[in-house]
Amino acid sequence: MGIKTESQAGICKVVIENDMTIYDVAEQKDQLISALKKLKKNELMEIDLSSVNEIDTAGLQVLLLLKKTAEQDHKIVLLVAHSPASLDVIDHYNLAAYFGDPVIISSAGKKK
Amino acid sequence: MNLQPAHETFIAECKDLLADMEEALLHLEQQPDDEEAITAVFRAAHTIKGSAGVFGFNNIVEFTHIMESLLEEIRAGDVDIDADIIALLLLCGDHVLVLLDETTHDSQIMSADTHTANTALQERLKLYLSDAITATFEVAVPDEAAMEIDTPGGTVSSDAWHISLRFGRDVLRNGMDPLSFIRYMGTLGTIVHIVTLFDAMPDAGKMNPESCYLGLEIDFKTSMDKLGIEGVFDFVRDDCAIRILPPHSKVLDYIKLIEELPEDKAMLGELLINSGSLTEKELEEGIKLQTELDQAEGGKELNQHKHKLGEILVGQGVVQPELVDAALKKQQIIKEHRIVESNLMRVRADKLDELITQVGELIIAASGARLLSQNSGDSELIEASLYIEELVEQVRESALRLRMVPIGDTFNRFNRVVRDVARDLDKQVELVISGSETELDKSMVDKISDPLMHLVRNALDHGIESVETRRKQGKNEIARVNLNAYHDSGSVVIEVADDGAGLNRNKILAKAIDRGLISADQKLTDSEIYRLIMEAGFSTADSVTNVSGRGVGMDVVKRNVETLRGTISIDSTEGTGTVFTLRLPLTLAIIDGFLVKVGISSYVVPLDMVVECFELSREERSNIKDHTYVNLRDEVLPLLRLRDVFDVDAEESRRENIVVIKYAGQQAGLVVDALLGEFQTVIKPLGKLFERLSGISGSTILGHGEVALILDVPTLVQQMIKREDGRARRLKLNHPAKTR
Repeated sequence: MGIKTESQAGICKVVIENDMTIYDVAEQKDQLISALKKLKKNELMEIDLSSVNEIDTAGLQVLLLLKKTAEQDHKIVLLVAHSPASLDVIDHYNLAAYFGDPVIISSAGKKK
Repeated sequence: MNLQPAHETFIAECKDLLADMEEALLHLEQQPDDEEAITAVFRAAHTIKGSAGVFGFNNIVEFTHIMESLLEEIRAGDVDIDADIIALLLLCGDHVLVLLDETTHDSQIMSADTHTANTALQERLKLYLSDAITATFEVAVPDEAAMEIDTPGGTVSSDAWHISLRFGRDVLRNGMDPLSFIRYMGTLGTIVHIVTLFDAMPDAGKMNPESCYLGLEIDFKTSMDKLGIEGVFDFVRDDCAIRILPPHSKVLDYIKLIEELPEDKAMLGELLINSGSLTEKELEEGIKLQTELDQAEGGKELNQHKHKLGEILVGQGVVQPELVDAALKKQQIIKEHRIVESNLMRVRADKLDELITQVGELIIAASGARLLSQNSGDSELIEASLYIEELVEQVRESALRLRMVPIGDTFNRFNRVVRDVARDLDKQVELVISGSETELDKSMVDKISDPLMHLVRNALDHGIESVETRRKQGKNEIARVNLNAYHDSGSVVIEVADDGAGLNRNKILAKAIDRGLISADQKLTDSEIYRLIMEAGFSTADSVTNVSGRGVGMDVVKRNVETLRGTISIDSTEGTGTVFTLRLPLTLAIIDGFLVKVGISSYVVPLDMVVECFELSREERSNIKDHTYVNLRDEVLPLLRLRDVFDVDAEESRRENIVVIKYAGQQAGLVVDALLGEFQTVIKPLGKLFERLSGISGSTILGHGEVALILDVPTLVQQMIKREDGRARRLKLNHPAKTR
């Protein structure tokens, strides 16, 4: 519900299909974290943000949490196909650099 | 941003602190060893300095700083407190008061005298100070120039504000989004750099997605001042740790900031360098300085002052506005609490009513006890019960006074009304209020406000002429409306007077006849004619304005006043003005009464209305059988025989007495059988059945359980006047008795 996961060849593709606001995050966090936990080391999770029309600080925190947890577990989380809303939030918090670590090419699409 | 209210708070606050300081100092004079008092003085000086710093009152900061330094030494035991120092500190307190008075927000210029005093006192203070402290003073003066020269480590080169935010966990739940602050700040200035920290975020298992774990370090360029920036965070102040460093803050402040923040120190330092708040060199120097200071602390005692210097610098740099402001606010709240606690207590009205009811019962019980003791003939018991009764009387007084409030508040509300209405009507009116300290029952105050409003508006609309008319008539263009209140024989009298056109007797008469209120051949006195304007459906205003003139109002006023057991009278002179006089009973549940007896029944006359009593001689008694007057010291005193009024069916007593009562300027005599003396009277309502009983306003219970009726003097007097008028008209003759 709201989140579609699809795994193939060690890449878990996730599409977040609704907003990421404080009203949505509780569920999203659990789903996303459990999906992340299923990954093996050095495997990659790709989160598609194209359908996130609205995202607030709570939503951003979930993304931060994913990124952080992935780093701890030696996994990789990528954010791709940012919607304008998600870009805006990331820009405001000046976190583009944090999310866009060198591996991620998609961050080239972000404008600073 | 308007600082005026804050400024006023500051001044009031400081004056309080100075008063506290004075008190503590005077206490110290008696007990020089009292550490608490010394601390109190120190705290006062310190707080004044801190608050003054927020407002940039450098004079005060400078001066209180020296005071504070001296007090610090006293506290440390380096300087012994003696009478001279106390005297000096008292002088200093007075001086700060002068400084406060001279310092307005716009100008901080000291008068020449103050300046001389300032310098002299500073010199005297410095005499007590050791050199080291005196030296630090130079640095500590928040004078920009001095700061740059003397501050070790100097200030940072960045010209942006540095704002450090750590959001509380519940910020998001409370409906606030840090994002909106960033966005909002973007509209107020330029966000030079922003760093988001989320080190506080726990691992996935423990992380609650609805909590906020973020922290922000923001470099912000804006033309706003500290308070303006603080204002941005008003909504989250309670939830957040906020630190704001102004542009060019001292490096030490940054060091301090880094130390205060929960995150890794090294990372923060780096972060600040990255964000451009600090240069690497500045940070290094700062850390070096900090270390030196720390060493100095561990080092010799001689170096102690140096360390203090650091403390002072940091401490002073930490005049972070929001902190001081918050402290100020907190103090204000405490202060308000204190005032409220000491001066006012909110009590529910029903609790008061309950108390008064109980006091009423107590009075009845006490008088019962006195009666029993008197019957017993035991003199000690009688004395004891008399004392109890005296106390009960005092309790009653206090209990009743609880409900009394001055009418001034109600009166003052009319200032605005008069101003507005006068402006609407294009008239010039001055409201003169007198007797505002007159007290009356709270419930009465509430109910009288509406009738008064009608009267005042009426006076403005109908009473007072237009400016032009007044000018033509040679009157002062500015009309006057007087509101006056005073106590008069058991009543409260409220007067609404204007110096306007007065009532037009003939116009009222014509209108009343036209409206069918009276018949054309009726002969009426002036006051009766004036009273007509209070009949329902009567309005003499030729034009209906939105202020008054619709013929409602005056009759409502009359009815309202009558529900309060009050009366209203009108006095007017054409061309010079009108006076409305409202006469209201003081209250209340319990009154001082005068007990009289007719036949076997007892009656209570409110004592306030009793003027005097005298006995009727046999000769007079036979005289008054024919008429209803006596001559009292050459004045006609109309009489009212209670025996007749209440149809008392008892045998004539051997002697009769007259109680002279006075109400609304009218004197009358009540003929009764016996005078029983003063009596504390608890008014008991008569109940629905007897509510409309004329001449009786209530009942009370006597000590031995018997019921006594309370006489409604106003009604009785009015009945008598009516009777006498009718009689005079019928008989067209009267010959007062030639007695006495």
